[in-house]
This record gives sequence, C-alpha cells and structure tokens, in this order.
Amino acid sequence: MAVSATLAAIAVLLGTAALAIAIHRRPFATVLIYCICLGVCLVLLALAGTSLIERGPVQHLTLPIGLPWLGARFRIDALSAFFQVVINLGGAAASLYALGYGRHEEAPGRVLPFYPVFLAGMNLVLVADDAFTFLVAWEFMSLSSWALVLAHHHDRENAEAGYIYILMASFGTFALLLAFGLLAGPSGQYAFGDIRDMAHAGWLEGLVLVLALVGAGSKAGLVPLHVWLPLAHPAAPSHVSALMSGVMTKVAIYGFIRIVFDLLGQPRWWWSLVILGLASVTAVIGVLYALMQRDLKRLLAYSTVENIGIVFIGLGLALAFTANNMAAPAALAFTAALFHAFNHALFKSLLFFGAGAVLTATGARDIEKLGGLILRMPQTAFVFLGGVLAISALPPLNGFVSEWLMFQAVLLSPDLPQWGLKLAVPAVGAMLALAAALSAACFVRAFGIVFLGRPRAPEAATAIETDSASRASMFTLLGLCLAAGILPGLLIDAIAPVAAGLVGQSMPPQASISGWSIVPVAESRSSYNGLLVFGFITVSTLVTIQFIHRFASSALRRAPPWDCGFPSADPATQYTADSFAQPVRRVFGESVLLARDEVDMSPPGDPRPSRLTVTVRDVIWETAYAPISNLISRTAEQLNHLQFLSIRRYLSLVFGALIVLLLGVAVWA
Amino acid sequence: MGLILDLAVQGVQMVLVLALAPLLLGLTRKVKARLLRRQGPSLLQPYRDLVRLARKEVVLAENASWLFRSGPYMIFAATWVAAALVPTFATGLHFSWTADLIAIAALLGTARVFLALVGMDVGTSFGGIGSSREMMFASLAEPAMIMIVFVVALVAGSTQLSHIAIFMQEHASLRVSLGLALVALVIVALAENARIPVDNPATHLELTMVHEAMVLEYSGRHLAVIELAAALKLLLYVSLIGCIFFPWGIASGEAGPTAYAIGVATYLVKLAVGGFLLVVLETSIAKMRVFRVPEFLGAALMLGLLGTLLLFVSRTF
Amino acid sequence: MERFLLDVAHLLAGGLVLTSFMLLYQTRMSSLLAVFALQAVVLTLSVAWQAHVQNAPHLYITAGIALVLKAIIIPYALSRVVRSLGIHRSIETVGGIGPTMLAGMGCVALSMVVMLKATATANPLAREDLAFALSVVLLGLLMMVTRRNAVSQIVGFMSIENGLILAAAGAKGMPLVVEISVAFSVLVAFIVIGVFLFRIRERFDSVELQALDDFRGERR
Repeated sequence: MAVSATLAAIAVLLGTAALAIAIHRRPFATVLIYCICLGVCLVLLALAGTSLIERGPVQHLTLPIGLPWLGARFRIDALSAFFQVVINLGGAAASLYALGYGRHEEAPGRVLPFYPVFLAGMNLVLVADDAFTFLVAWEFMSLSSWALVLAHHHDRENAEAGYIYILMASFGTFALLLAFGLLAGPSGQYAFGDIRDMAHAGWLEGLVLVLALVGAGSKAGLVPLHVWLPLAHPAAPSHVSALMSGVMTKVAIYGFIRIVFDLLGQPRWWWSLVILGLASVTAVIGVLYALMQRDLKRLLAYSTVENIGIVFIGLGLALAFTANNMAAPAALAFTAALFHAFNHALFKSLLFFGAGAVLTATGARDIEKLGGLILRMPQTAFVFLGGVLAISALPPLNGFVSEWLMFQAVLLSPDLPQWGLKLAVPAVGAMLALAAALSAACFVRAFGIVFLGRPRAPEAATAIETDSASRASMFTLLGLCLAAGILPGLLIDAIAPVAAGLVGQSMPPQASISGWSIVPVAESRSSYNGLLVFGFITVSTLVTIQFIHRFASSALRRAPPWDCGFPSADPATQYTADSFAQPVRRVFGESVLLARDEVDMSPPGDPRPSRLTVTVRDVIWETAYAPISNLISRTAEQLNHLQFLSIRRYLSLVFGALIVLLLGVAVWA
Repeated sequence: MGLILDLAVQGVQMVLVLALAPLLLGLTRKVKARLLRRQGPSLLQPYRDLVRLARKEVVLAENASWLFRSGPYMIFAATWVAAALVPTFATGLHFSWTADLIAIAALLGTARVFLALVGMDVGTSFGGIGSSREMMFASLAEPAMIMIVFVVALVAGSTQLSHIAIFMQEHASLRVSLGLALVALVIVALAENARIPVDNPATHLELTMVHEAMVLEYSGRHLAVIELAAALKLLLYVSLIGCIFFPWGIASGEAGPTAYAIGVATYLVKLAVGGFLLVVLETSIAKMRVFRVPEFLGAALMLGLLGTLLLFVSRTF
Repeated sequence: MERFLLDVAHLLAGGLVLTSFMLLYQTRMSSLLAVFALQAVVLTLSVAWQAHVQNAPHLYITAGIALVLKAIIIPYALSRVVRSLGIHRSIETVGGIGPTMLAGMGCVALSMVVMLKATATANPLAREDLAFALSVVLLGLLMMVTRRNAVSQIVGFMSIENGLILAAAGAKGMPLVVEISVAFSVLVAFIVIGVFLFRIRERFDSVELQALDDFRGERR
C-alpha cells in the first residue's frame, strides 16, 4: 500500500514536470508548480513518517517494466523510510522557499521542468529494490540536477561547473554499475533480495567496497572525489543548491549504506580503517577550504564536504564495531551518523536559503562586498544565525547532539581488539573535534562578514528583507533544528528500527527515560538533556536581564564607534573575510592549503598602491586531477585522428573488435 | 524533601560560583601586584568595578545591532550554566546529569562564538582582529580540550563530571596519561582565559590584545556582564582542574551538612591555591608572539593525544 | 603497594617520553639544553626507581652516572661550546614544529603497537618500559633528522642513548661493565663531536650542516 502510494506520488511529480513544460511561460506557472511539489513532498513525508514511526512491515511491489526477466522491483524498509523523511523534508522546505524565491528567476523554463524530476529521481532511488531500477533512478537524479546546474548557463563559470559535474557523475555511476555487476555475479541476479542471500568472495567484497566508495562517495563529496561539488552546487539557483547540498548528498549516503551495510554481508575490520581515514581527511580539508572561500554559496558547498566527512566517520565507526560483533556500540555510531545526516539536511538547507535571500537582496555573491545586513534584513539574519549555531555544533541546537553521540561512540573504541583501530580512532576523534572547531570559525567569519559590521559596497547598503514564503521556510527549518536539538530522544527512537535492521541492534529506547534526557550507553557513563540545557540558558538569560534592568542604570546613548579613539568612516577599514581567515591560513597554510600571501609594498614616495595578493590552491586538484585531465586531453587528441579514416579502415576496426570479443568469449568459456 | 534539598544545593552552587568569581579575579590581581612588589588593589576591587560599570550609562555605537545588545547576556548565560554544572563542593548535584564534560566544553564554545560575533558587529578593525585570533586559538584549543576529555573519560569510564570526581576520589593513582592531560588542560585554560603567555588581561596595547579587542566597544552594564562572564570562566577552569585532578574533599552521595562544609572549605582552598599558582606562572613567563600560540596549543593537543595513546600501555587499564 | 610501584615507574618512563617531546618542541638553544638536562634528571629518577623496585643496587650507579654526566657535565659543556662558538641562539628546523610533533606522535603509536605485540608475555613492568624506550629512541632519531643545527643533533643523539638506558634498566638491568662502557662511549662520542664542531667552525665559520652540504656540492 505504502509502496504504491509512494510510486503514485512520484508519478505525480513526473506529470508535474510535463505540465511545467507546457505552461512555463504563464505567469502563474512558478507558483503552481512549486505548490504541487510542496504538496507531493508533504504527502511523501507523511507516508514515510508514519511507516517509520509505526515500524510497519517491509513492503514490496514489482512492476512489469524495466528488464523483462526482472521487472522493476520496489521495496520500503526502515532505511528507505528514514531517508525519505530526510529528502521530502528538504524537498518541502525548498518548494516552500521557492514559492517566493522562484519569482526572481529570469528563465523559469530552465528550472521548472527539471525540479520535479529531480525530486522524483531522488525518491525513486530510495525505493528501488533491484540494481537496474536503482541505477536508472540514480541517473535521473544526476541528469536532472545537471540540467538545473546549467540553468544559468550564460555564466562561463557555471558551464564549466556543469561539464565537470557531468563527468564526475558519469564516473560515479560507472563505478556503481561495476559494483552491482560484481555483486550480481555471473548469473546476473540483479534483485537486491538475491544479492543479499548470496555469499561473496573476500576479494570481491573489498572491490565492491572500493567501488561503492567511489560511486557513492563521488556523489556525496568525499575527498578526493569532491572537486565538482563546490563548483556545481553553488551554480544552481539557491533552492536547488540547498536540495543538492542538503538532500542529494544524503541519497548518496543512502546508496553507500544500502550497498555496504545491507548487501555486502559481514564487514572486515580494515574496511573501517579505510573509511575512517578518508572521512576524517574529508572533514578537515572540507572545512579548511570553506574557511578560505569568498563566495558565500561556495563556502556552504565546501562545508557540505566537511559534514559528509563527519557522517562517514560515524559510518566507519559503525563498520568497525559491526566487524567485531559489537552491536550496541555499532548502533550508537550508526545512529550518530544518521542523526547527523538528518541535521545536515536541515541546517544546510536553511543556510543555503539564507544565502539565496542575501543574493536576491544584494545581487552579490562575493562576501567582501557585503556587511551590515543584520540591520537591513533582521529576520534573515536571525535565522541564519540559528543555522550558524547549529552547524557549528553548539548546544542547545541539533548539530551538537549528533557530534556528541559521535564522540560517545569514539569513546567506546578501546574495546576494539585490533591495535590499528585502537590507536586510529582517538586520532579520528581529534580530527572530528578539529573540524567542529574550524567550522565554528568558518561560520563566525561568514556571519560576521555578511551580516555584521558596515556595508562594504552600495549593494549591501540598499538591501531589503526577503519575502514571506522564504522566511516561513527558513523559520520552519530553524524550528526543526531547535526541536531536534532539545528533544533528540524522539529522533533517536525513530532511527532505532533502521539501526536494528542494519547493525543488528538499536540504541536503548530514549522516550522512556525521565526528563527527556538521552543516555547512549548507561547513565553512569554519559547523558545529555537538551531540553534542560535550553531551559537553563533561557532562564538564566531572563534572570540576568531582569536583574540588570532592575538594579543597573538603564541610560543609553548612541555615539560614533570608539575603536580606540581612531574610528574611520570608511567601511574599507573593517576586517575583511580574507584578513579574518589569515591566522588559520597561516597555521595550516603551507602544508594543506598551498596558500601564498604576497605583499607588494610600494617604496616611500611612490604613489602606486600597495597590494596583498592571496592565493589558495586546491592541493587535491593539482595532484590528482590535473595530471588525469592532461592525460585525457592528450589521448583525446590522439583519438581525434580516428575521425578521418577511410571506410576500409573503419571496417577493419569493427572487424578487429569483433574478433577480439569472440576470442574473449572463447577463452572465457 | 530530598528533591528540595537537591535543588537547594544546586541553587547554592549557582550563586556560589557567581559570588566567588570576582573574588578569584581580585585574588590574582592582588597576588600579582605583591609579586611585583606593588601594593595592589583590594581583593574586593572587582566587585566595586562591576557595580561602577553597572551604574554608568551605556554608550552604544551608532550602527550597533540587536545582536550587539543581546550578545553579553547570551555569553553570560552560557558561561554561567557551564560553571553551574561543574562540581565544586559536592558531586551529586541535581542537574549534573544534564550535561557532561563535552557539553560543558561546547557551552563555552557557544559563549565564545557570541563573543567573536559581537566583536565584529560594529565594524571596527580591532574587533575583527580580536575575533579572528580568538577563533584561530579556539580551533586548536577545542580539539585539545576534547582530547583531554577522552583521556579522563577513558580512565574513569564516564564523561559525567560527578562520576569522574567520585572515581578519582576512590581510585586515586599516579598515571602518565592523567599527568599529560593535566598539563594540556592548564595550557588550554591559559588560552581560554586570555592569560599570559597567550594574551595579556592587563594590556591595552592594541595589537597584542585578543579578548580586550573584542569587547572594546562595550561600556556600562553590558561591559559589566561580559567582565563577570570572563571572571566566571576563569573560576570554571580552576574548579574543573580541581574537580578532575584534585577531587579531595568534595562531598559526594547523601552528604550531611558537615560534608558540605568540608566541601566548601576545601573548594575555597583549591581556588586560592589555583589562583596563586596561576599568578606565579604568569609572572615567570613572557607573552608569546601571536603565531607562536598555535604551536603552544598544538602542544596541548599533542599531549592529549599522547595521553590517549599511553593509556593503552597502562597495565591497569 | 605493588600497583603504586608500577604506577611510579610508569609515570617516570612516560615523563621521559614527554621530555623527548619537549626537546622536539624547543626552538631555542638554551632551553633545548635545559630540557635535555631535565630529561637526564627524569632518567636518573626512573633508573633509581627501577633499582629500588628490582632490588638491584648496581642500577643506582647507572643512575648516578646519568645524573653527573648527562644532567650536569654535558649540558654545561655544551652551553659553553654554544657560547664560545657564538652559535645562533635559535634552532632551524626542517618542516616546522607542528608536523614534526605529528610525526613524533606517529612514532610513539608505532612503537606501542610493535612493542606490545612483540612482548605480549613479558613482565608488564619491562614491557611498558620497552615501549617507552623505543619511543624515546625513535623521537631522538626524529630530532636528529629534523634539525639543521649540529648541537641539536648531538642532543638528539644523546636522547637516543637515554632511551637505550631506560630499556636496559627495565630489562632487569645490564652488567655494570657494559653500563660504564656505554657511558664512556657517549662521553667519547661527545668529545669527538665537540672537536668536530670546532673544526667545522674553523673551516666554514658556521655550524649549520647546510655549509657542509654546500661544500660537497649537494644543494637540496
């Protein structure tokens, strides 16, 4: 029942796309299409939410389309339902936001048809139950998002981003195709149920793990496969950026969990070492680059890379515990990972919406031109501040809870028998803490430069508050962030069936604990009560304010800034984004960022202005991608000659290929 | 009845930390002056300063936003809640299970983020320089703190401060890892409280200050609240060191009035000793260049990590 | 009581590793020599404690040699050399303090894994001492690798030797003859290196090893 309803909703989304093609020139098209999308997302959210909370049975459905001997199989279990909740929550918020934001779109015909397809594709990935349907849905998702990235294709930068994105997406799908091919075995058992029942050889499982890491990791943005992400995500319209960063990366995580936790059987301990290494590097590198960005949306995209790293740290820990048959710690780590995925969908969407609002209000993406927006856009500033606190993992908001759970899982690592893991996991914990602290620095910089201080350019001085639909969407997300932060037990209990299904156990039920605390292992070990922390902070703030207003002077006078006696009216004398990042650039600069600060100081008497040039290069792009890209263009150059052959030569190529294939078959048999 | 008593003890703790914080500050100033062979201000001078600031009018920059006006209260509240959750004279406080050591560190992080943000609000160059440096220090001090938490939690089997204190009382032993963690925690505490060698609390030489640069635009009652929050933070770190590494005398379990009295007395002694040692350390070393600080804090991070590594060779673990 | 004995031994051996890290962290010549003296004191305490625990009086002699030679004579002599040669007071490092410390952490982790695996059945006291001793040796080597200055290389070399003594003291002590010969060989090495230093100084007017490389035509 739930499966057919879900598929019907997906079909409605596809129909909406067709409708959008027909009516995109009408003035009411934008509102109509986004309204339908909002409605369908809410329906899907309700469906998935009920099946997750009621812990309904796993449901199947097979449709007679797709591969003739297989059909298209669909299935909804707890994992699918959880990710459906995440995705449709993000989708609903984005649609609501787009009701206001979409009106500023210059060419709605380039966005409206693809937007519902994108939503449909993501939902379809989650319910697919055979490799063929999964890959088709995955490609739907990739191609529609690619089309959305190219919505503003007049910008040369965007066109380039689209090119790199399509390359990486095809590469990732290719890796997934190989992975499923290996899993299906020589007899071609493409249904997930058959794969699950099969036993696989050890080397094959390792290979599938690597392919899954490449395929799903490239979509999620794991270092070193992240290079497309900070280019492509910001290129799309802001509500689509939010979907790509906050939601589509979650689909990639879903794909990874489905393959590695569900289809692959019992993991080996060294898998987790690989994943933990990649994930902790991803987290730190991502946030360091985020800290260096001047484009607000690109900063957010790099921060997505960081958060994906954090989610993968949780998954790696879960694998390590599962490999050693420690189900309870595995459930803790797995829950932490999913909790963080949920949180990230909330606050990253919120922040991208805020960035979109700033972009609409000022037209400037470079944060060095902004400043002082807190006075012009107080409500946007307020919700953005909430998002900043959430993503910086600060109590009492939700980002802190998932990282706290992650630290609790790290603290259980001494029970692992392998020495490599025993010593590596605390180091991973240090990297996690480093990433969290750097992300606080990163978002203090972003908020401080964009919203605080004085306007650095006329665009920022004339900004106006954004529309009510956008604000409604952002406030809803902020409310959810707060709710997940102060009542985390509810979410942990909702994740419980997912963890039980995949790692064999779930965290102890939290709803029964008095006072809404969460207790991951035992009360004597650790506990956290978001509600009380929130209550404490609120009460003590109010008490302080009351006290101060009763007993202290309430006189107040406005005056020019003090600034040690030398205030300057020129906003150019403020600290800039680049100068804010300078200490971190200097500390981590040489080794990680390849950063160079060049000062060109003109000698006294020379009227030429002095110049400070800052360059930050992507070390991964230069070491991994530039050589490959050179190689490919050289090869392409060579292959170019093949276009100018005679008919006879072409025929001989075809003939040769045929012979080689036949030989292959002969040898194989 | 038990609940009322628990609530009363918790309330006493909250008021106690608030009341003692300026005294600790006054003590450090007095001892420092004496060590430099000056007379120094009275022990109660910080209280008088706070009252004086609270009575003055606020001079607010023209373009200061709502965040600038509400920031001090947020900073103060987060610090106060964190300080209230550290066991000072008794362990089984009613709300001690609300937040563990990681959460206390994160609450201080909340306060710091607000402080860095209000530093940038008016749009002066000094505020920016302070915020920027503060966040850079924090980006190393926080991981170091987390590694210290790891060491302590792995030894005591808990991240709850009450449990840690009781464990340390019962199983007091010399351990390399704990020694390393203590050194690292002292380094973090120096950095977090803007003390020498990281920052100078007494300086108004603009280019060397970090904390003072962020609060430069504040005046009147706002400044009073921020100063009190800073004093609370210093008290918090001294009590934290006392509670984890020197938990003697802290009343635990179903304690009677005598145990509480002993707890309060030993707590006062610990604060005095901690403040004295801090000042001795401060007067014996010089302030570092700003870009030497990351190495200093990096050393704390390394010590924490080394502490966790060495736990594995410890036989008793 | 037994646990207390172990805990103190453990603490002192760990202190030795800590001082090795402090050696890596120093960027000034005078504080480097001070920390080296401190390490020798910790070594003395550690060896003396082993003597007490194992009831092996000859280890007291080892401790005494360490104290006199390494904590007093050599640091004093080296600081005189530094002063008389007018060697630059700051130390040039290869690759910065932070990365070196990280590499040091890696060395410690490695020696933990290796030693604890290799000596799974040994006496716990000796086992921990061996793990710490290997760490100290590796850190000393790391110091020699990452310092451009000859004096700090000597210090690195002697901290390697400290690690060896720790290992020997933990492993139920070695015969006193060997002990003394090791101590003397260190002294001789120190003298040789000292003379060598003067020679470098005379010929190239610098104790930077860079100068030697330049002379051999090996530019990095």
